[in-house]
Amino acid sequence: MFDDLRDLYQEVIFDHNRNPRNFRIIENSDKKVEGFNPLCGDRLTLYLQMEGDVIADASFQGSGCAISTASVSLMTEIVKGKTEQEAEELFKKFHEMTTGKDENFNLEAIGKLAVLAGVREYPARVKCATLAWHTLDAAIKNEQQAISTE
Amino acid sequence: MTVFDVQKIRQDFPILKEKIRGKDLVYLDNAATCQKPQAVIDSIVHLYSHDYANVHRGVHTLSVRSTDKFEGARTKVKEFINAGSEKEIIFVKGATEAINLVAQTYGKANIKLGDEIIITAMEHHSNIVPWQMLCEQTGAILKIAPISQQGELIFDEFKKLVNDKTKLISVVHMSNALGTINPVKEIIAIAHEKGVPVLLDGAQAIPHITVDVQELDCDFYVFSAHKLYAPTGVGVLYGKQALLEAMPPYQGGGDMIRKVTFEETEYNVLPYKFEAGTPNIADVVGLGAAIDYLNTIGMAKIAAYEAELLAYATEKAQSIQGLRIIGEADHKGAILSFVLDKIHPHDIGTMLDSLGIAIRAGHHCAMPVMDFYKVPATARASFAMYNTKEEIDVLMNGIESLIEVFG
Ligand SMILES: Cc1ncc(COP(=O)(O)O)c(C=O)c1O
Repeated sequence: MFDDLRDLYQEVIFDHNRNPRNFRIIENSDKKVEGFNPLCGDRLTLYLQMEGDVIADASFQGSGCAISTASVSLMTEIVKGKTEQEAEELFKKFHEMTTGKDENFNLEAIGKLAVLAGVREYPARVKCATLAWHTLDAAIKNEQQAISTE
Repeated sequence: MTVFDVQKIRQDFPILKEKIRGKDLVYLDNAATCQKPQAVIDSIVHLYSHDYANVHRGVHTLSVRSTDKFEGARTKVKEFINAGSEKEIIFVKGATEAINLVAQTYGKANIKLGDEIIITAMEHHSNIVPWQMLCEQTGAILKIAPISQQGELIFDEFKKLVNDKTKLISVVHMSNALGTINPVKEIIAIAHEKGVPVLLDGAQAIPHITVDVQELDCDFYVFSAHKLYAPTGVGVLYGKQALLEAMPPYQGGGDMIRKVTFEETEYNVLPYKFEAGTPNIADVVGLGAAIDYLNTIGMAKIAAYEAELLAYATEKAQSIQGLRIIGEADHKGAILSFVLDKIHPHDIGTMLDSLGIAIRAGHHCAMPVMDFYKVPATARASFAMYNTKEEIDVLMNGIESLIEVFG
């Protein structure tokens, strides 16, 4: 019935939505930033534990749609062990992929995150996918204030 | 029209033939804005093709024709809501501007430090923020009348808030987030005992309910044309003449003056005192056409048919496991707000869209209502006179299938 949506709602997304990874609080985390998407009411709190400039642990709390939950769940998995700079580079790539400006975007280069490429066709949902990354970006840049996608 | 013939009505709305992602459009986002009948579209084309010029200015033929049509629409609005006079019908941009107008003119002139304004916990942001701004400017206090889990105003609590400091009560006639129709006559009676004027936000009520401002005895009534099968960019502020006469103007400019020198300006009479600048002529004419169209059907018949649709949709929705209806007032208009267990409204919205079904997913510009129900957002199906039971079946089947997919 929902054949048209298979690119957007891949099985991996349903899986992360049902069983979000790193869905917990890091007590005494080094960084804690809130992300908010006023349009849909998605809210998340991102926690980072740092070792030097390496993200040693990442977790989140909050509620959102399947796309935003899967996105933040995947992100916390992927950025663990990466340096801040590596994480920022991934954000840049992820942003390029989701906004769909580059038609020749190489999906292989972004690995697991490619499951979220489907939002390109749904402009109203791009922010759901990018909220997590904007929040991470704010955390890396030490912006303590809640960030908003609007 | 003697019987309510929904198929005939559907023929009048060209957009309803549109295919969405290859499927028949099922348009259930009418509370956000509703679609336009051919008669409204034609009225605008006709005006620009044959009768258009600026209003109230020229002696030439087109200006006279344009003015006649524009003022004719004012008379139609007056009759539609049974106002006492055309002087009481002010054209603005929308319900939002109408409320801001009252806050910044009536409010600034009459509300002072320590005074109180009452609204309810189910207001649209446009009936919250203008009052917060006024309170900031004047030092007045905003009081919120609470609602029950069912989504009804708790009338006794509301009554307790009304006191000698109350200077204005502003209440939604029908809630966009919950569908609740408020007991506005009772609210007005209580308010008037204390000599407090009442503004009714009729943005949602106007397409669903016969509104008679004299019978209601409200002091102000506001609505947006675009929710009444008419174009965007037009709204109506009704105000009792005596109140409007005493209010300072809103904006300054052309049309709202009678005489200008550099020393002083004499303001124009009602309603022009509140209509500075060239108005939205064509869309006001479109509003007139929408009212003509509605009159051929009859608001009472529309209300009866929509009540049937809502009852049908509610019953079906209640039988879906994991679906929770948000807003279960005894007296409701054709709005079905709901949440699904573990499925975010945004996902519901995208999934239904792939089936050609347009609903709204979000906070509906009523974040305090979302907070009250402890949900980030709801999905909302809102019905209009052109919707059918078959469309509701399509919606409910869609909901059941997406629950399955999400598992
Ligand atoms: C109850 C209510 N009041 C006010 C408004 C504001 O209307 P507009 O945006 O047309 O000014 C709306 C629109 O959604 C509404 O539903």
